[in-house]
Amino acid sequence: MSEEKVTVAQVPDISLQFDGKVTTDTRPGYSGFIVGAENLLEVVKSLRDEWGFDYLSSVTGVDYLPEGKMEVVYHLYRTIGGPALVLKVQVPRDEAVVPSLYDLFKSADWQEREAWDLLGIHFEGHPDLRRILTWEGFAGHPLRKDWKEAYFEEETKPYKSRWPEGQTGYIESNNPFHDNVQYPSGFDPDTWIPAAEEALYASAKKIGRDEELHTDTVVVNLGPQHPSTHGVFRMVAALDGEQVVFLKPVVGYLHRNHEKIGERNTYLQNMPFTDRLDYVSSMSNNFGYALAVEKLMGIQPPERAEYIRVMMAELTRWMNHVFSFGFLWNDLGSYFTPMIYALEERELILDIFEAVSGSRMMCNYFRFGGVARDLPAGVLDKVKELVFERMPRRLDDIDKMLSTNEIVRNRCIGCGVLTAEMAINNGASGPNLRASGVPYDIRRADPYSIYDRLDFDVVVHYHGDVFDRYLTRLDEARQANRILQQVVRDIPEGPIMTGKPAYQVRVPAGESYGRVEAPKGELGFYIVSTGKPNPWRYHVRSPSFINLISLEDMCRGGKIADVVLNLGAVDIVLGEVDR
Amino acid sequence: MTGKGFLSMLFGVFKRFVMTYVEDFRKGKDRYYTAEGIESRRKADVDGIFTIQYPEEKLPVPEEFRFLPFLVYEEGENGEKDLRCTSCGICAKVCPPQCIWIVRTNDPVTGKPIPEPKEFYIDVDICMNCGLCAEYCPFDAIKMDHDYEIASYTREGNIYGIERLSKPLSYYSGIRPTNFAAEEIARQEKEAMKAAAKKQAAPVEGA
Repeated sequence: MSEEKVTVAQVPDISLQFDGKVTTDTRPGYSGFIVGAENLLEVVKSLRDEWGFDYLSSVTGVDYLPEGKMEVVYHLYRTIGGPALVLKVQVPRDEAVVPSLYDLFKSADWQEREAWDLLGIHFEGHPDLRRILTWEGFAGHPLRKDWKEAYFEEETKPYKSRWPEGQTGYIESNNPFHDNVQYPSGFDPDTWIPAAEEALYASAKKIGRDEELHTDTVVVNLGPQHPSTHGVFRMVAALDGEQVVFLKPVVGYLHRNHEKIGERNTYLQNMPFTDRLDYVSSMSNNFGYALAVEKLMGIQPPERAEYIRVMMAELTRWMNHVFSFGFLWNDLGSYFTPMIYALEERELILDIFEAVSGSRMMCNYFRFGGVARDLPAGVLDKVKELVFERMPRRLDDIDKMLSTNEIVRNRCIGCGVLTAEMAINNGASGPNLRASGVPYDIRRADPYSIYDRLDFDVVVHYHGDVFDRYLTRLDEARQANRILQQVVRDIPEGPIMTGKPAYQVRVPAGESYGRVEAPKGELGFYIVSTGKPNPWRYHVRSPSFINLISLEDMCRGGKIADVVLNLGAVDIVLGEVDR
Repeated sequence: MTGKGFLSMLFGVFKRFVMTYVEDFRKGKDRYYTAEGIESRRKADVDGIFTIQYPEEKLPVPEEFRFLPFLVYEEGENGEKDLRCTSCGICAKVCPPQCIWIVRTNDPVTGKPIPEPKEFYIDVDICMNCGLCAEYCPFDAIKMDHDYEIASYTREGNIYGIERLSKPLSYYSGIRPTNFAAEEIARQEKEAMKAAAKKQAAPVEGA
């Protein structure tokens, strides 16, 4: 062919455009393009409007301490499919200032706040650049490489005090901060005024006030301890009568800095930690992380391992969606009986996980280049019984009970509408995006593992309300069932590991971004390796966290009673939101 | 008809309630507090009640179930304990929360390390039961336990020493028969290969 064909599956070489404002990243192991901070807005706007990269998936930073540079990494996608366009902005570490993309993509909102909070990158033009995961009295930016936590022992694991001269003892006895806290200079916890909190309340009060009628709004705190917030999560809402005019989620109560722990860990040690992100679907988390590291290592798992992986991931998806129906009932006020029914289905799948991996929830089953162990005898028959007999029948039961139920229909239809444009702009992913009419599924848009060989449909619904989100999940559970039936039919015999299992893997220098379609949306792992046993940067693009950006749009204009329903329909797990 | 969908849902709940008693009548006394009863209530085609009356009833755990590591020792002829552990430190290096502390034994005369642990501690409050230590131990010396009922009132004594961690090989082969059998076969094969290699090497030495 003489004419060069440009397909969706290719990323254009944009370094030839933009009059030299963009250069290709030529560091070995890296890909993407480097843009100057002053040209960022212009380039991204053109990419969005002219090149079709309308979905800003991930914004994060990397602290290159030896070079004295701070790098902001953007992953842009087209919602019609294809691989990522990676943009990077390099700024000096001491005065890390980058223009904010808030006006172009609202999905940058929380992610830029996170990058400011954890890395100290200032995003100029961001209207609400507060700390998000840590609190105001937090000293420093923890993901900077020169920041040290309480109980700091060494830069990287394994610690030298463990072997061969193990010095055992309670860990708090060697705490360098003595009372376990450090404050920024000039901060006194006794005289402290929570300025950011008060600003939040003030901005809530300001909206919706009618000067002529002398009415006032009421500010309500939902949470942090509340039976329907699915965890420790707070929403500050301003109400005009019963109507929500303003709503801001406040997160970070469960924050443990998963990413800093990940950078201290070796690659393999991170695997069990990923289980703790979205603890309802730990197998999917394993999947994403294994993909990212395998991409760097350049290895491919054997055929049987791929089938086992997909089987586990789809069982997880089915389980997660059925679980979310249970919560939907719960949030509608039908307290706990239906949710226990959902848990019953989950229990049977957890039995399989336990038999395979040894643990019900914290599976730690995937390894780089395969899975930890082969399916024990009898497990495949159990899975077959479930996917051919019980699971399809249960889905029909749920469909019959819920879809025609008048209470469910009256409450859910037309509630919490998110339009397609808003969903894309907010970076919503997973069922939240597909319920708004955007047929974007990573298993089809950017296939990984063996999904390109499997026969399934991308589920899409068009109203973008809570009921369509429920329908999307229901149909998706059916598709998961369909995939599972193919997988248990076709699973081949053979090895389950590429190469020899090693407790310390060699990962060449470079960067990689592995993403999977987790039950809750796009789960991505951004990893930077320097060739050492520990990752230099380990970032999790968690679907729950970014889906929550849309919560404000869903709730505004609705009734306060529907806020709980909307939150439930976003389907979050706080372990993943707060990381 | 409005309300039909709602009523059908309530009927579904009611049916489950009734089915529990129907099954009770059908299965009789064996439905509760027996191993078969527990098994029958956990099947995929169960009707009615699904739950287990813990602690009177306990779910059988699968072989791969993992909860806290223990050290395997082989019993000698005179009842002495021969720990398989060589204190190589791989478990301490692979442990994600770093809850394993090992002190290696040194020969008092030469100062060279001896392949057995002098002290071995696991802080079970920190252990996250990931099972990586057992997975990567080259000597099959550390394995994951099945005993999950270890609650205590204080955290004193939750750093387990070598005494508390050691369990006999017979216990291990009891809780994990399939794994044990596979490891024994691999071990015998390895020894046979070693012996064969020795035989081959021997005449060369003689000559």
